[in-house]
Amino acid sequence: MKKQKLPMTAARLTQTFERRTFLLGAVQGGVGLLLAARLGYLAVAQNAKYRAASESNRVNLSLIPPRRGWVLDRNGTALASNRADFRVDLIPDRLDNPDATLSTLQSLLSLTPDHLADIKDKIDKSRGFQPVEVASKLDWDKFAAVSVRLPELPGVIPQRGFSRFYPSGAAVGHLVGYVGPASADDYVREHNPLLITPGFKIGKDSLEKVFEMRLRGVPGARRVEATASGRVVRELGTREDVPGQPIQLTIHAGLQEYAARRIGLESGSVVVMDCLTGDLLAMVSMPCYDPNSFSDGIGRIEWKMLSEDDHVPLRNKVLRGLYPPGSTVKPMVALAFLEAGLDPHATVNCAGGLRVGNRVFHCWNHHGHGTTDMMKGIYQSCDVYFYHFAQQIGMDAIAKMMRRMGLGSSFPLPYPGQSYGTVPDPAWKLRKYHKEWAVYDTVNATIGQGYMLVNPLQQATYVSRLASGLKHSPRLILDRHAPPSPSMGFRQDHLDLIHAAMNEVVNGRGTAGKARIPIPGVQMAGKTGTAQVVGLNLGNGKGGEWKRRDHGHFICFAPFDKPRYACAVAIEHGGGSGSAYPIARDVMTYLFDQDKAMAVLTDYESQWGGTTQQRMAAKYAAYAAKYGATAPAPPSDDAANDQTDANNRDDEPATPVTDAASPAPEPEASPTPAPSSAPPTPAPSSGAAPQ
Amino acid sequence: MMPRAYVPQALARQPWQVIIPLSLLTIFGGAVLYSAAGGRLQPWAAMHVIRFFGFLVMAMLLARVPQDWFKRIALPGYVVLCGLLVLVELIGRIGGGSQRWLNLGFMTLQPSELMKPGIVLVLAWFYAMLPMNEIRGWRAIVPPIVILLIPAGLVMLQPDLGTALAISFGALVMMFIAGLPLWLFVSGGIGASIAAPIMFFFVMHDYQRKRVLVFLDPESDPLGSGYHITQSKIAIGSGGMFGKGFGNGSQSHLDYLPEAHTDFVFATMAEEWGMIGGLFVLAVFTIVLYWGLKVAMRAPDRFSRLLAAGMVTTIFFYVCINMMMVMGLAPVVGIPLPFLSHGGSSMMTNMICVGTIMAVDRWSRRAPGGLG
Repeated sequence: MKKQKLPMTAARLTQTFERRTFLLGAVQGGVGLLLAARLGYLAVAQNAKYRAASESNRVNLSLIPPRRGWVLDRNGTALASNRADFRVDLIPDRLDNPDATLSTLQSLLSLTPDHLADIKDKIDKSRGFQPVEVASKLDWDKFAAVSVRLPELPGVIPQRGFSRFYPSGAAVGHLVGYVGPASADDYVREHNPLLITPGFKIGKDSLEKVFEMRLRGVPGARRVEATASGRVVRELGTREDVPGQPIQLTIHAGLQEYAARRIGLESGSVVVMDCLTGDLLAMVSMPCYDPNSFSDGIGRIEWKMLSEDDHVPLRNKVLRGLYPPGSTVKPMVALAFLEAGLDPHATVNCAGGLRVGNRVFHCWNHHGHGTTDMMKGIYQSCDVYFYHFAQQIGMDAIAKMMRRMGLGSSFPLPYPGQSYGTVPDPAWKLRKYHKEWAVYDTVNATIGQGYMLVNPLQQATYVSRLASGLKHSPRLILDRHAPPSPSMGFRQDHLDLIHAAMNEVVNGRGTAGKARIPIPGVQMAGKTGTAQVVGLNLGNGKGGEWKRRDHGHFICFAPFDKPRYACAVAIEHGGGSGSAYPIARDVMTYLFDQDKAMAVLTDYESQWGGTTQQRMAAKYAAYAAKYGATAPAPPSDDAANDQTDANNRDDEPATPVTDAASPAPEPEASPTPAPSSAPPTPAPSSGAAPQ
Repeated sequence: MMPRAYVPQALARQPWQVIIPLSLLTIFGGAVLYSAAGGRLQPWAAMHVIRFFGFLVMAMLLARVPQDWFKRIALPGYVVLCGLLVLVELIGRIGGGSQRWLNLGFMTLQPSELMKPGIVLVLAWFYAMLPMNEIRGWRAIVPPIVILLIPAGLVMLQPDLGTALAISFGALVMMFIAGLPLWLFVSGGIGASIAAPIMFFFVMHDYQRKRVLVFLDPESDPLGSGYHITQSKIAIGSGGMFGKGFGNGSQSHLDYLPEAHTDFVFATMAEEWGMIGGLFVLAVFTIVLYWGLKVAMRAPDRFSRLLAAGMVTTIFFYVCINMMMVMGLAPVVGIPLPFLSHGGSSMMTNMICVGTIMAVDRWSRRAPGGLG
């Protein structure tokens, strides 16, 4: 063929072909050299860099959450400890097919529908890289069932670790707090990889939160060889964690739990203080959430149950519940009288009421107490005695004494947001309401009504100071070398008189005869108090709607002649002090004879339907059966916290019962004593009504 | 059926200087795949080696096909392949997704893969047929461009950028060595270097632009599109001079390296065998390509010369793009490494190329002292 063509062209074409093919070959050779050079650069020159990168791919450093420091009571009993458990977490980002994975987990772990719905909520809310707890406290069989199916469950992390355990459950909920997985906000605040380690929990409330850094400890680490998808191929080495530091409280664990159980079905608080040191021996607010189940994450049913409870289990009533103290203020008002120079034998004739200005203020006892001196004024809780002399002495002296006793102040305790309450005086009223102080304000304040508001911790501090004559400040962290409290500067004969009067309340002719403690040789002194919640035009305070019943107070100390323990009990809407002093009596009994106290409690609990734990479990079961997964999702942990805070921040009740501001109509509302009703009909005025 | 007496002679005439290195390379590839499968022959290694020897027999048979047959099937073959590309496209449209292969029952056929040697064959036929004085005229340019654009366009529609580039590269090299005026390529190159930035800034979609940027700086997106390149470089770089040892490649065994048995098999190999292994692979390819170009230079006529050089180019393109990609010199396009990557279609294409070169070699020995 080529011979037919011009030979020049054929030859030139072949020549072109050869030249260009040679060029092609040269390019190919050049590329080959380039590739070889590149290979040498990567594999030899950059070897160290890429070797390190490969090692960091291969070796996975996973943190082991440190064991949390224990919270101990004064005798070394655990209030919060750790329990070894098996748990399963998942990391939302690493899930291939969330729905399939969840349904597999549901059947493997037999999760209830509401639990599954909770997990889905948490996955939706989490930031993807944050672990979400699926289940904890698993038995070995379930844990193993998940572990063997791991290859088909990417993003699921079963592990054995430690979980927080509160042996006495709800009894220490408000005291110690609870733990939970770190929230997105926590991670923003503290950019620590430990926070997004599966199984790690951070303190969410109370002591757990305040002492977070001390309790946390140092995480351990495990070096493993893992695939790109996170499957562990083999272990390379482990560094043990360093457990967090324990904290030891002044609390007596047994007393704390006893008091919590003894409150029973009521909503209230008990504070017990050591009169020698100011140590808090018990600080109980009930009802309360169970910190054990809160620490597993707040489930929807639990949240519904707690948030619908009108006994506000989310509020720490010891620090944040504010109540008019009622007649419990009378001993310190009397002490103010003594310091102001009033002769304790000065008397007033109580005829059932006292006219102040153009109004009659009634004594709780409409029949009147007759000739009344200071002793009788206290043990009979005669209102007229105090109405009368308070006007003489003046509010400033009384308010000053109240503040000395600790009312209106907060204490250096590791809890944020204590409520101060109110100790009213003329300057305060002018500042707050721009109104002049009126005589009836003094009258109200001397019987712990009107503007007066206190929290149970202040009550306990007051009674411990009154009992010991020492300026105790409540202490929660045990310090055996703390300096002794200074003297209050009271005269001993004044104190003796008040103590004797308070002893008479319980052991004599007083208002709380049934509060006598069954311990031979130990006499308890106390003072009752009943605080109106609503004006008498709305209810009589004894029965009827729970929310409108009177609060019941009792403050006490024992032994009366050598005070060792002081106690304050406040029962919300208990219908009067009769709801409070039996609890105080049994709690104080526990301090001297645990068996006797326990026998009484066991008897009560058989009537109430079991222990606190049994009753909560029954209630939960009822809710679960009723609502199941249909209950609305709980707010995130932090929002729940905020909500509890909001719950806690009502320093001022919505409608302070100040009869001065809206005085109860007295003439027509003073009925003749009803002979049929066993308890005396309450005073229609602002009078306290101790039984 | 071949008479028995011919067999030794036929064997003796095989180009053993290529078959032996290729077999070693493939067996080496089998070893790499064995390790990548966690020390198992299944599912890749055994199949890989068996397939090679199957296709080797095919290549030897192809080498015995007379030149006339090649010329005769060049155009019909091209037309049939274009038809198959259209068919694939239609089936894909009906099926509601993109599809690149036809299921023939006993095997799946990827027409775009066959188009790589197909375009070389049809252009070799075209330029051999073209009167020599036309080589500087438009008739030497326009028909090949049409011949190129039809399959390249169809493959782009699939969309398969890598294969379209391979087809285009093969065709352009054919035009170059066929003797088209040099100024065409020079001005084309200048035009492309002007057009590229314009394309980049005004025509490309964001995601395409992102890919280019990630290629230029893979570390900027180490977990996204840069992940492949980064992990591949780590695998190669951590291998060092002698590698981590057979079966000890953590990058591939722990699944950090994506596509460890197909497109990134070179990285899998280099991690365990180091630079030594890499140089061995490069050496085998050098031998094969050098042999191919030598065959092309020695070929007796224009058709066989262009055919052999075109086939060499097709193999070269695979090797070049794949190795540049795994070493971070080219963006990630799905092109396997011949004789190492697991996969039937590319093995078949490459063995067709080898077989065709062997055929050209045979023709030149039949006509000793070719006209040069």
